[in-house]
Amino acid sequence: MPTITMNVNGAPVSVEVENRTVLSSALREGLGMTGTHIGCDTSQCGACVVHVNGKAVKSCTIFALEADGADVETIEGQAHADGSLNVLQQAFQDHHGLQCGFCTPGMIMSAAALLKENPKPTEAEIRDYLEGNICRCTGYQGIVDAIMAASGQSTAIAAE
Amino acid sequence: MYNFEFTKPKTVEEAATAMAAEGAQALGGGQTLIPTMKQRLASPEVLVSMTDIEGMVGVAAHGNTLTIGGATTHAQVAADAADLFPGLAALASGIGDPAVRNRGTIGGSLANNDPAACYPAGALGSGATVTTNKRDITADDYFQGMFETALDEDEIITSVSFPIPEKANYQKFEQPASRFALVGVFAAKFNDGVRVAVTGASNVGVHRWTEAETALNSNFSESAIDGMSGNANDMIADLHGSAKYRAHLVGVLTRRAVAGCG
Amino acid sequence: MAADGGMGHATKRREDVRFLTGRGKYTDDYTPAKTSYCAFARSTVANGKINSIDTTAAAEMPGVVAVFKGEDFAEVGGNPAGWAIVSRDGTPMQEPKRPVLAHGKVRHVGDAYAAVIAETLEQAMDAVEAIDADIDELDAVIDMAGALANDNTLVHDEIGTNMCFDWGWIEDNRAATEEAIKNAPHVTTLKLVNNRLVPNALEPRCSIGEYDPGTGDYRLTTTSQNPHLTRLLISAFVLGIAENKLTVHSPDMGGGFGSKIYHYGEEALVLAAAKKLNRPVKWTSTRTEAFLSDAHGRDHVTKIELACEKDGTFIAFRTETMANVGAYLSNFSTVTPTFLHGTLMAGNYTVPNVYVNVKTVFTNTAPVDAYRGAGRPEATFSLERVIDKAARELGINPVEIRRKNFVKPDQFPYASAAGLEYDSGNYDALMDGLEMRADLAGFEARCTTSAKNGKLRGLGINSYIEACGIAPSNLVGVLGSRIGLYDAATVRVNATGNISVMVGAHSHGQGHETAFPQVVADMLGIDPMSVEIVHGDTSKIPFGMGTYGSRSLAVCGSAVFRATEKIIKKATLIAAHMVEAKPEDVNFTDGEFAVKGTNKKVSFGDVALKAYIPHDFPIEAIEPGLEETAFYDPANFTYPAGAYACEVEVDPDTGKVEICSMVAMDDFGNVVNPLIVTGQVQGGLAQGIGQALLEHGVYDENGQLLSGSLMDYAMPRADDLPNLVVDHSNATACTHNPIGVKGCGEAGAIGSPPTVVNAVIDALQRGGHDVEHIDMPVSPGRVWAAMNG
Repeated sequence: MPTITMNVNGAPVSVEVENRTVLSSALREGLGMTGTHIGCDTSQCGACVVHVNGKAVKSCTIFALEADGADVETIEGQAHADGSLNVLQQAFQDHHGLQCGFCTPGMIMSAAALLKENPKPTEAEIRDYLEGNICRCTGYQGIVDAIMAASGQSTAIAAE
Repeated sequence: MYNFEFTKPKTVEEAATAMAAEGAQALGGGQTLIPTMKQRLASPEVLVSMTDIEGMVGVAAHGNTLTIGGATTHAQVAADAADLFPGLAALASGIGDPAVRNRGTIGGSLANNDPAACYPAGALGSGATVTTNKRDITADDYFQGMFETALDEDEIITSVSFPIPEKANYQKFEQPASRFALVGVFAAKFNDGVRVAVTGASNVGVHRWTEAETALNSNFSESAIDGMSGNANDMIADLHGSAKYRAHLVGVLTRRAVAGCG
Repeated sequence: MAADGGMGHATKRREDVRFLTGRGKYTDDYTPAKTSYCAFARSTVANGKINSIDTTAAAEMPGVVAVFKGEDFAEVGGNPAGWAIVSRDGTPMQEPKRPVLAHGKVRHVGDAYAAVIAETLEQAMDAVEAIDADIDELDAVIDMAGALANDNTLVHDEIGTNMCFDWGWIEDNRAATEEAIKNAPHVTTLKLVNNRLVPNALEPRCSIGEYDPGTGDYRLTTTSQNPHLTRLLISAFVLGIAENKLTVHSPDMGGGFGSKIYHYGEEALVLAAAKKLNRPVKWTSTRTEAFLSDAHGRDHVTKIELACEKDGTFIAFRTETMANVGAYLSNFSTVTPTFLHGTLMAGNYTVPNVYVNVKTVFTNTAPVDAYRGAGRPEATFSLERVIDKAARELGINPVEIRRKNFVKPDQFPYASAAGLEYDSGNYDALMDGLEMRADLAGFEARCTTSAKNGKLRGLGINSYIEACGIAPSNLVGVLGSRIGLYDAATVRVNATGNISVMVGAHSHGQGHETAFPQVVADMLGIDPMSVEIVHGDTSKIPFGMGTYGSRSLAVCGSAVFRATEKIIKKATLIAAHMVEAKPEDVNFTDGEFAVKGTNKKVSFGDVALKAYIPHDFPIEAIEPGLEETAFYDPANFTYPAGAYACEVEVDPDTGKVEICSMVAMDDFGNVVNPLIVTGQVQGGLAQGIGQALLEHGVYDENGQLLSGSLMDYAMPRADDLPNLVVDHSNATACTHNPIGVKGCGEAGAIGSPPTVVNAVIDALQRGGHDVEHIDMPVSPGRVWAAMNG
C-alpha cells in the first residue's frame, strides 16, 4: 500500500493508505484523528470539512493520495497552543452554536474558511456560505450568531 | 468502493497515455465521481488525476475570449473571471457549496454533463469551445444528451474557451436537496445574436431554447418573451417538480436572466 | 440560595469544549483491538419471498470471517413493540415477529437478510455482493387505503390483514361526538397528509459488539437514546443474554430525534457475531443505509372535522386517521399514533366533544416510529389547520377564534375532552406575548411592502399544547405500556466533595452535562463545576428510561432532585453528629450546615469527607458514605404550550416560499438554563420548518424510496431559515414535579408546521387564490400548482 506524507496541523505525518482511501478515512482510521466526522456518503453534509493547502474541502470526497504532500488542518488543530478555545470556537460556545457536536468540526472549519475569505460577513453571506454544512440540532441560529460574534460584529445573545 | 489503479500525470501527454488504459477514467475534483464510486455505481480500473497537470489550471483572457484550464476549480473561476466574464463567474460561484467549489473542476463538470449541472448551461449558452488533447469541439456539438458528450473515452478536456458576450446572466432555481438546478437558464447577448441555454429541466439534458433566442434576437427584453414557457413534453418530472412546472420555470428564469443582464 | 450558575442561569455548556476541539468520542470513534467489520445484505425489493440465500461464495471471499442469514436467528426472539394497543372491538393488536434478520420474506427495501463479517469493511462489502439471494418480488403494499382494502397482498401473510389495530379514543365519546357534529351550525372538514419524515440525525447509527470469553460478559457500544431499554429488549426478548452479563454503552452521540430510541436488529447481530467470533464486530451505517433502515416519522393520512357555533365556539373535533407503521412494529410505533396523538386532540381548547379513530397500517416501507414530537405534531397540525380553515369560513380572525376557545387561566387543573388533565398554563398570556413580540399589528404594513416587491405575504398563527415527560407509570400501564416510564438517578458525593450524578437520561445535544449540575449545585449551594453527570452506560448508572418525549429534566431531573434531597437529609445527620447537635436543629443553607441559634457550622465539603472517613458514627443511626438513589415516577404528564407566528412571502412566479419571520412564544414552566432551552426550540423550529417546506420521505408504488439520499431528501440548510425568535418568559410552573419544569425538546417541531402552512395559505388567499390547503412539504411546485389550478 502507498504511504503518503502530510503536514497535519503543522506536524509531519506519514500514513499507509489504499488508492481508494479517502482523506477522512486516512485521518480517522489511519491517524486516529477522529475529530473529523462522516455524516453522509453524497458529499452533502459537510461534517468532514478540513482545510487542504488552506482551502476548505470535504475530506470524504478527496482521495488521500490527492493530499500527499499537502498541508492539512483539522478541528484538532484549531485551539490555541495552551488548549484554550480560539476566537471562533469560543464564540460557538458563547452563542450555543452546537448541540450534539457532530457537525461542529466541519462547521468550525467552514466558518474559519469563510472568515479568512470575508472577515466581516453579513448574516446572509454566512447562511449562504454554510450551504454545504448540515446541522440537524441548532436551526443554525446559534451558529450564525457565533460567526457574527467571532467576526467582531455584535449580536444579541440568543437566550431570553 | 472498489479499488483502482491511481496515476497522477504531470503532462497532458502522460495523461493521454494513462487514459488509453483499459477502464481508465479521468479524475477531476471528484465531487461527483467519488460519491458515485462510494455507492459502487462506478468502477473505474484506473483513475487518472488531472489536478497536477501543467497548464491545465488557470483563467486567462485573450481578446474577446476567456480560456479556462480544464482542471480549474469553480472557486478559481468565480474569483478570476469576475471582472472578465461576470456572468460566468457568478454561475461558478453558485455551484455546489464552497468546499465543493474548491475541488470541483470545469473539465470534470463538462465531461460528466449532469443534466442538472450549471456549467453545461454556461458553456452552451456562451457558445464555448471545448478543447481536448485531440481536438476542439463546439458546445453545440459537444452536449449530446443526459450524461452524454462528444468526448471519446480516453479524451481529456484540457481547456474551455468562452467567447465573452456583451452581457450574460445565469438564473438557477435550486432543487432543494441536491442544490443542483431544478431549472437553470444561461442567457448571453453577443453582438451577433442571443444564446439561451437551459439545464436541469429537460429529458434531453442541456439544450438551447431557440424560440426564446429568436424572440430575443429581435428585442432583447423581458417583454419579448412574455408569457413564453418551455415545452412541457420534453421536461423532466420527478418528486421535485412536474414537467409543467419545469416548463413554466424555464420561461420565468429566462425572463429573469434577461433582466439580470441589465 | 442560587449559586452562580445555578437554576435559571444561562450557563455556557461545558461539553462544548470537547466537541469544539475534536475530542468528542462517538461510537464510530471507538475501534477495539482486533475489530472486524460488518456489512449487511439488504433487500432491493419492497416485498419478496426468499427462496434461498446462498452465502457459499461470499464466505470464501478474502477477509471474510463469518456470514449470517435469517435462519441463524430463527430460534431467538423478536424485537417487540413497547405498547399493546387494543382495537375498538376489544381485540389485541396484530404483532408479527420482527426478526434480527429477515427470514422467509423481505418486507421493505433495506430489510437486512444477511450479514457479512470481514477483516475490513470493504472486504465485507465485497462479500455482500457475492451473496446469491433468490428472492421473488411480490406486489408491494404501499398506499395505506389500498392496504386496508386488499387482504390478498399482505406485508405479513400470517396475520391475514394489513391492519395492525383500529383504535378509538375515547370510544365512549364516539356517539356524542357524532351527534354534536350532526347538529352543529357549522362544520369545517379538512383532509390532510402528515408527510413521512426521515430523522437524519447527523451521526448515522453505529454498533460495536464485544464478548469476553473469560467472564461471559457482553458489551454493546451503540448509538442509543435509551441504553437501558436496549439492554432490556436484548436480554428479555431477543437474545436472552442475562442483563448482568450485558453492558450497553452509548457514548457521545450525534443526535437522535427519536430514531435512536429503539433497539434495532443490527445491535443484536453484532453482539451475536462477537460471541461467535470471539472478537469485536463493528457496524457503521452509511447515510444510504440510514435512509432505508432507520425508523421514519409521521406518515398520517387524516380527515378532521371541526363543529362549531357561528360565533366560532368549538363544539366537537372528530378525527379519522390512517397511520403508517411500515413493515414491522418498531418499539414505540403503536403508542405514537394513539396515545401521543389522540389524547392531544382537544388542543388548548374547552371543546366538549373529541373523538379520534386511528387505523394503523402495515406497509412495505421502513418502520415508522416516534420522531421529534411523536404524535403531537400530527395532532397539532390537524387541529390548527382545521381551526384556521374554520376561521376563514366564519370570517373570524385566527387569533380571536383561538382565544375564544382557550382554556382560561382559572380553569386549571383542566380535564380535557381527550382524557388528559392539564395542570397549568396561561394560553391568553402566550398569545398576548406573541402579538407583541411578532408585532402582529404591523403585519398589514409589511404586506403592502411585500406587494410592492411583487410578493404575496401571509401570516400564520398557531397555538399548541403538548404532553411531555411521558411517564406516569400507573397511567401508561392502563393505556397499554409494557413498562413503567419513571426515571432514576444516583447522586454520589465523593469523599473530597465533588459529585458524580448517575442519570438514566442520555444526553446527545440536550446539554444535560451542564443543566443537571445546575439543579444539584443550586440545591447544595456549591460550584456547578464540582458536579459531573455520568450517563449512557448501563454498568455505571442504576437504571434509566432514556431520553425522548422531552422528558429528561421533568422526569430524570426530578429524580436527581429527589436524590439530592436525600443527600441533604443524610448529610444533615452527619453534620449534626459532627457538631454534636440534634439534626432538627441543623439548617442547610449556601453549602453550610449551621446549628440554629449558635455559630457552630460545618461545610458541605467537610461533611462529605467525614462521610467516608468516619471513626465514630453511631452505626445504627448513620451509615458511612454519602450516596443516594431516587426513582422518580411523576403524577402526570407535563403540558408545555405555546403560541407561534410566522410570516412568509410567496413568489407568485415560482411558488417559492420564503419565511420572513418565525416567532415562538412558549411556556416551559421553570427554566433551568435559558441558553439551552432557546437552542432546543430553535432546533425544533428548524425541523418543523423542514417538515412544512422541504422534507419528504417518498416511496414509489413499488416501494422504492425516491428520496433515499441527501441528494433528494431536502434537509433544512442555514439559508432556508430565518432568524428564529424564541421567548419563554410567559411561564407557568408545572405543579407536580419538584423543579416545576415542563419540557422543551419537541415544542418547536410541534408548533411550527401548521404555523408555516397557515401562513402560506393566508398569503395565497390574500393574493386572490382560492386555495384551502396544500399538503406538506409545501414545495414551490406544489404552491405553483395550487395557484394555477
